[in-house]
Amino acid sequence: MRNILTIARREVKAYFASWMAYATIAGFIVISSYIFFVILTQNKQDVRLQWVFSNMAVTFLFMTPLITMRLLAEEKNTGTIELLLTAPVTDWQVVLGKYFGALSVFIAIFALTLIYPLTIEHYANPDRGPILAGYLGILLVVCCYVSVGLFSSSVTDSQVVAGFMGFGILLGFWIVHWVSSSLNNFWGEFLKTIAIVPHLEDYTEGLVDTKHLVYQLSFIFFWLYCSVRILESRKWR
Amino acid sequence: MIEVSQLTKRYGENLALNNVSFKVNKGEILGFLGPNGAGKTTTMKILTCFMAPTSGGARVAGHDIFEESLDVRRNIGYLPENVPLYQDLGVRDYLDYCARLRGVPKDQREERIDDVIKKARIEEVENTIIRKCSKGYRQRVGIAQALVHNPPVVILDEPTIGLDPHQIIETRKLIKSLAKDHTVVLSSHILPEVSMTCERVIILNKGEIVAVDTPDNLTQKLQQSQKVQIQVRRAGEDATTKIQDIEGVTNVGTARTDRGAVTFTVESAMDKDVREDLASLAVGSGWGLLEMKQIELSLEQIFLQLTTTEEGVNN
Repeated sequence: MRNILTIARREVKAYFASWMAYATIAGFIVISSYIFFVILTQNKQDVRLQWVFSNMAVTFLFMTPLITMRLLAEEKNTGTIELLLTAPVTDWQVVLGKYFGALSVFIAIFALTLIYPLTIEHYANPDRGPILAGYLGILLVVCCYVSVGLFSSSVTDSQVVAGFMGFGILLGFWIVHWVSSSLNNFWGEFLKTIAIVPHLEDYTEGLVDTKHLVYQLSFIFFWLYCSVRILESRKWR
Repeated sequence: MIEVSQLTKRYGENLALNNVSFKVNKGEILGFLGPNGAGKTTTMKILTCFMAPTSGGARVAGHDIFEESLDVRRNIGYLPENVPLYQDLGVRDYLDYCARLRGVPKDQREERIDDVIKKARIEEVENTIIRKCSKGYRQRVGIAQALVHNPPVVILDEPTIGLDPHQIIETRKLIKSLAKDHTVVLSSHILPEVSMTCERVIILNKGEIVAVDTPDNLTQKLQQSQKVQIQVRRAGEDATTKIQDIEGVTNVGTARTDRGAVTFTVESAMDKDVREDLASLAVGSGWGLLEMKQIELSLEQIFLQLTTTEEGVNN
């Protein structure tokens, strides 16, 4: 646990020592605040944060690869990976440390978006359940995105390739969702289960369902497991 | 302290290490010497558990590299060929990160970091961002990093590369001083470097051990003869015989240039300097002496010599 923390701390420092994190965070806040503003001004009677959440899911799709692309690719490129992997830490600890390090950036973002529910609280008396559940839901979606991003970063030593690959995989899941909504049969349902974003809907309605949790946790585990295997594969090549 | 047995590593079709076995005793400084691609770095990467061998095994500080990889890594300080530095960290922060990663307890961390900063002589850049440090300082920060957890085994891949002559001397001193408490394995492609710092040298070529010996013995082995090259305008028919008649000359080689000048390569015993006799012979015979120079064995020639002679022994 201590090793995971050490690695995660180093990631957080690296993010907040560069302009990259600030730029992406600022970009995200501008976009999501604009969406929030539009929702506020156009729906004066009925304001739901869930619309903000589903828009966030799209914005994060573009943003996550920018944050995650450097995680392992940069270490491979500069050679610091040798320092990391010859230290007495397991490959799982490395992957988890990196994972939580990247997540910290998103936690910072979520902290900033708290201004939206607080605004609503100030002017009205919203139902807090869907807001809290919605935050949990979007956090889990981001956890899924980051696991894909981390995996992409583990397969290459080029940050650009890692970024595009992460974006490509996430876009693939997005298309799966898009196709699923146009199919009205078993396959539509099936694809809907595979895609990431449909699992967000119930959360934003205020429903925390274990079936979504199971999907998301297995999704995260799958990509982290693949990342660990890729890291290990250095030994046998 | 380190036992390596029958290590073989293949990269696809490429055989990087072929059946390499050796031992390093506690407190010893062992040097790997070899041209690029000889397998020095591969051996080190295997010892530090960064890579696994295709076959064979090794034990470091009593731990198996497969079964107890974490214990092996705990006991090793490693400076890779490309110094693994985080450009955005300060030197002290970087060493602190390395110490944490290697599990140095909190109450000893400051003390350890101060100690290696002093040892590696990087006090001046202690609080500088690594990106802004000079190459020499970076290299030394890399060495400090390898020592920060006070490991019993220290593995240094080309530790003096990129340093200026003064720093090289300092670094060699530092490495020598490590031998008291640490077992050191270092690699180099510079012969004097290895002979100055190491007690024992393993020469690798194309993934195989060509020679294992003390630097003194090795130097003797390598320098059985000295060579002088002499160029003359017009050599007589009997020039070769005449040169051969000089006392101490063991071998004479000739080569003719385009303009008719002749170059002789004269070999003689190590303790016999034939230059004076050679010069007076050339002048006395009226050959028209153009040039004379002593030939130092280049690294390539040393390896060539070693690999061919050793093969000769085996056959």
